[in-house]
Amino acid sequence: MISVQLEVLLQTLISGIFLGGLYALLGLGMTLIMGVMKIINLAHGELMMVGMYIAYVLFSYFHIDPYLSIFIAAPALFLLGVLLQKFLINPVLKVESILPENQVILTVGIGMVLANLATIIFTSDYRSTPVSYATNACYLSDLWKKSPIELCVSIPWSVSFFFAVAITAGLWFFLTKTDMGKSIRATAQDNDAALLMGVNVGKMRIFTFGLGSALVGAAGCLFLPIYYLYPDLGGQFTLIAFVITILGGLGSTVGAIVGGLILGVFESLTATYIGMGWAPVGRFVIFVAALIFIPGGIVAFFKSQRLS
Amino acid sequence: MKKILPLILIAALALSPFLGINTYLLHVLIIAIMWTVIGMAWNLLGGYCGQVSFGHAAFFGVGAYTSGILYSKLGLSAWWGLPLSVIVVTLFALVIGFICLRLRGPYFALGTLAMGVILRVTAENLTGLTAGNLGIMIRERTWVDKTWYLYIILVLAILTYLLIKKLIASKLGYYFVAIREDQDAAESLGIDTTYYKTIALCLSAVLTGLAGAFYTNYMGYIDPKVVFALHDISIVTIMVVMVGGVATSWGPAIGAAIMIIMAEAIRSIPKLGAAHHTFFGVLLIVIIIFLPNGIVGDIPKLKRWFGIGKNP
Repeated sequence: MISVQLEVLLQTLISGIFLGGLYALLGLGMTLIMGVMKIINLAHGELMMVGMYIAYVLFSYFHIDPYLSIFIAAPALFLLGVLLQKFLINPVLKVESILPENQVILTVGIGMVLANLATIIFTSDYRSTPVSYATNACYLSDLWKKSPIELCVSIPWSVSFFFAVAITAGLWFFLTKTDMGKSIRATAQDNDAALLMGVNVGKMRIFTFGLGSALVGAAGCLFLPIYYLYPDLGGQFTLIAFVITILGGLGSTVGAIVGGLILGVFESLTATYIGMGWAPVGRFVIFVAALIFIPGGIVAFFKSQRLS
Repeated sequence: MKKILPLILIAALALSPFLGINTYLLHVLIIAIMWTVIGMAWNLLGGYCGQVSFGHAAFFGVGAYTSGILYSKLGLSAWWGLPLSVIVVTLFALVIGFICLRLRGPYFALGTLAMGVILRVTAENLTGLTAGNLGIMIRERTWVDKTWYLYIILVLAILTYLLIKKLIASKLGYYFVAIREDQDAAESLGIDTTYYKTIALCLSAVLTGLAGAFYTNYMGYIDPKVVFALHDISIVTIMVVMVGGVATSWGPAIGAAIMIIMAEAIRSIPKLGAAHHTFFGVLLIVIIIFLPNGIVGDIPKLKRWFGIGKNP
């Protein structure tokens, strides 16, 4: 009896970590944009939806595997992000108005247009990519004959997780080791100081928005084999990405990864032990708790613990 | 002229049922006035106090569900929801304010957005109280004719208008504007910003909740996806004010008229009708880039573009 409970718990944790890895990728894009540009991109989930539709079209018309279409969807999203930043968001940053939240509302408008264009083009039917390995799974008892508990790992989930980890590692390398990455981090830290040090801040902003969009586009391709697709799916992922950023600490990349994992595990636990329908509530309970108890996010929390 | 214009407008609206306009137009009129009320309520918090809320659907939904639950669980007339929603919505606003008002600017916006979604999911899952996605149906309609509904919402709109006008001219209104312009400066001048922001939030929430309670009575059917909708309520509320004019007394009315007429017009186009939000989004982008203070707020700019009025 205990072993059954243990099995359920372990299984829940595994799926939570897998989900968390993908969430981390989602949160990374948002946190980069937030750190460098100091704006909240509420069209984030919709950009992911665009990435998913690109992968979907590539799969259904050209039979390209969703995992391979990362290499097409991510550059496409990069371009889209650059265009949005250059022609819509940058002009608004310069406009004088009563409410400084205009840019946030603008990204809402962009998201609405993207989601509804998708509705017009693809209709609001639910879609998925029926890849051949969709239901394949790897069982623990295959590897270890006498194992007392049985666990199974779905193949597409683990491949997606693997890709997410690889992309995150690549991003980490880019941000810490390359000149471009260092300039981005400098801009995030202090806009004016970066400008004085000779960083082309305007270019960095545009590039960062593109990079954030590309990341979320890649996340979309990774989600496609394990999830279904419909035009309005963006909104909920925007919220997830935002919860992760708040949880991890605004503009912190490490925070986004940790936040993503925590959220993934917590959501799996809620879904298993309280009920599927309540999983979104669990997400927001974490969000509210983070706002009240650790307003600076996890990273700030650990820093303050170390100092005291 | 400026003084009589509102009176003429109100008189025209009050007489409109007798001018032989059909039921559909009357319906559009009622919905537009309802949105005016919500827009004015949002404007109090967002336009004057500077706290942009993305979650007014939360208050709208709570108001609507107060009415609905009174009817479905206690068997009272849903109209009792109007007075009772004041209390219920205030309680919700205090809790939401306690959590969200510690945030500033865009983070407040997103905090309220999350609150709206939390309430929607809760309403979907608390099937014992709200009947979940089945929704609540008001089986006995008070009137088949829409005339009285028009008068009720019109009175509500006039009262809201007068209340906000009075409030903004009072000391409280100056506090609100001071908080919007610079929160730290306001604080250093001795304004208890959290206290006044909570007042603004509660007032705004109560007015929105009243509109929600009216909606239940008027439409006769509510479900979580309709009254707690993110795009169809929260975002449209913002759009009504952004299009009409931020921090103006007439902006929400003009914004509501434009939005509702546009929504109805686009909805009748085949195929594109389902995606009327595309046009809302495009309108929002255009307004934010070219008229960031809305149509009423940027009248001088508009005059300059069209070459009307005094050219310097």
